[in-house]
Amino acid sequence: MRIIEGSSIIDLVKEMCIEANTCLPDDVKTALSQVVESETFKGARDILEIIQRNAEIAENKNVAMCQDTGMLVAFVEIGQDVHIKGGHIEELINEGVRQGYRDGFLRKSIVSDPIRRENTKDNTPAVIHYKILPGEVFNITVAPKGFGSENMSRLVMLKPSDGLEGVKRTILETIEIAGPNPCPPIVVGVGIGGTFEKAAYMAKKALMRELGSPHQDSFYDDLERQMLCEINALGIGPQGFGGQTTALGIHIEAAPTHIAGLPVAVNIGCHASRHVYRSL
Amino acid sequence: MRRIETPIDKNVLKSLRAGDKVLLSGVVYTARDAAHKRLVEALSSGEGLPMDLRNQTIYYVGPAPTKDGAVIGPAGPTTSGRMDMFTPRLLDYGLSAMIGKGKRDQNVIDAMKVNEAVYFAAIGGAAALIAESVKSIEIVAYEDFGTEAIRRLVIEDMPLTVAIDSQGQDYYVVGRQKYLTEMREAIS
Repeated sequence: MRIIEGSSIIDLVKEMCIEANTCLPDDVKTALSQVVESETFKGARDILEIIQRNAEIAENKNVAMCQDTGMLVAFVEIGQDVHIKGGHIEELINEGVRQGYRDGFLRKSIVSDPIRRENTKDNTPAVIHYKILPGEVFNITVAPKGFGSENMSRLVMLKPSDGLEGVKRTILETIEIAGPNPCPPIVVGVGIGGTFEKAAYMAKKALMRELGSPHQDSFYDDLERQMLCEINALGIGPQGFGGQTTALGIHIEAAPTHIAGLPVAVNIGCHASRHVYRSL
Repeated sequence: MRRIETPIDKNVLKSLRAGDKVLLSGVVYTARDAAHKRLVEALSSGEGLPMDLRNQTIYYVGPAPTKDGAVIGPAGPTTSGRMDMFTPRLLDYGLSAMIGKGKRDQNVIDAMKVNEAVYFAAIGGAAALIAESVKSIEIVAYEDFGTEAIRRLVIEDMPLTVAIDSQGQDYYVVGRQKYLTEMREAIS
């Protein structure tokens, strides 16, 4: 059995919150460099270069790259043989968020109730997803999610007869409706199958995958490549002012589902695709 | 790139065209969801606004906290569409320019045409870069809203694109059409 001290989780989450908000991940930096080269529309290329410059400024000054430092989403993988001491894991993670958002000069953007809307003043609570694995691992992904893009996300319960064409249509429709609002270039996470909530969870998880990495299943890998072309053919472009670069990538997660169902969740992420992964 | 100052001269404003890139300097007021609701309530109730917004510019932003030594924390635009329901009232009152990002609805565009107003887009997500064009900041109203309080900013050379001009031309439509036409011509 492995014992993990609660204080190490607090410290880790605090550090990860600040890093996620101030440093663009390497895969996103690489993707931006690639699209700056490939973008043919002049105004669009200028916008992409400003986005790159902004990331540099944020990293150098150790400030948030976007003022919307998001609602904190965490994916935790805990081994069955791990024992956490010094607090309930949910409270430990939230304390890490509290400290990270305080000391990192990050914005407190959470309201305690969606209708009555009083700010919680410390950016908690986080949305935390837990997965139990065999052994003694402790892995955590910290992903601040901005709501400009989150608000453009959509979930549709298709009929099985809608099929692949229905799925593709749902994805493209969602991006068309979103237009400029999610701050293109976007990253698209798609969850297909499962239940209503599982599809949404998979779509969010899909946003965490490294940009440019292939899907393990060649069927979905082909679909991802095809959809990226079709999304970019929409011509929405950086900030929605036209261009080749509407999306930096699209990732699809699929799961078994009911004979009567075909849930499709499309979670939109913006170019500030912020996620940090650590193992304790 | 064209440099313009706030309060924006009406003739300058009318000369701006969708897609123009400008560098804006002068005073702007920050306001987003909560402040807009309260501003419009104040107008309707006869209470009056906490400052004279006629011919002024509103920037839709809720900045991140300010680090020691900085003027303002990262301060990029928030999605303007959430303020659409309040905007025609403010435009009728005399607001002449808005800075944000994302599309506006037809009621806003119609009110912009009637009142000769302009809507600028700042680059969404370029918050650290945009913060560098803010030279001073003070809270002037609704302090209880925290990040959503109304702040008076003095900005210098903030890079903006005219997203919708006073004639109702929308660069979110026009720009995209321009690109798609260019692509079609390149293929043929």
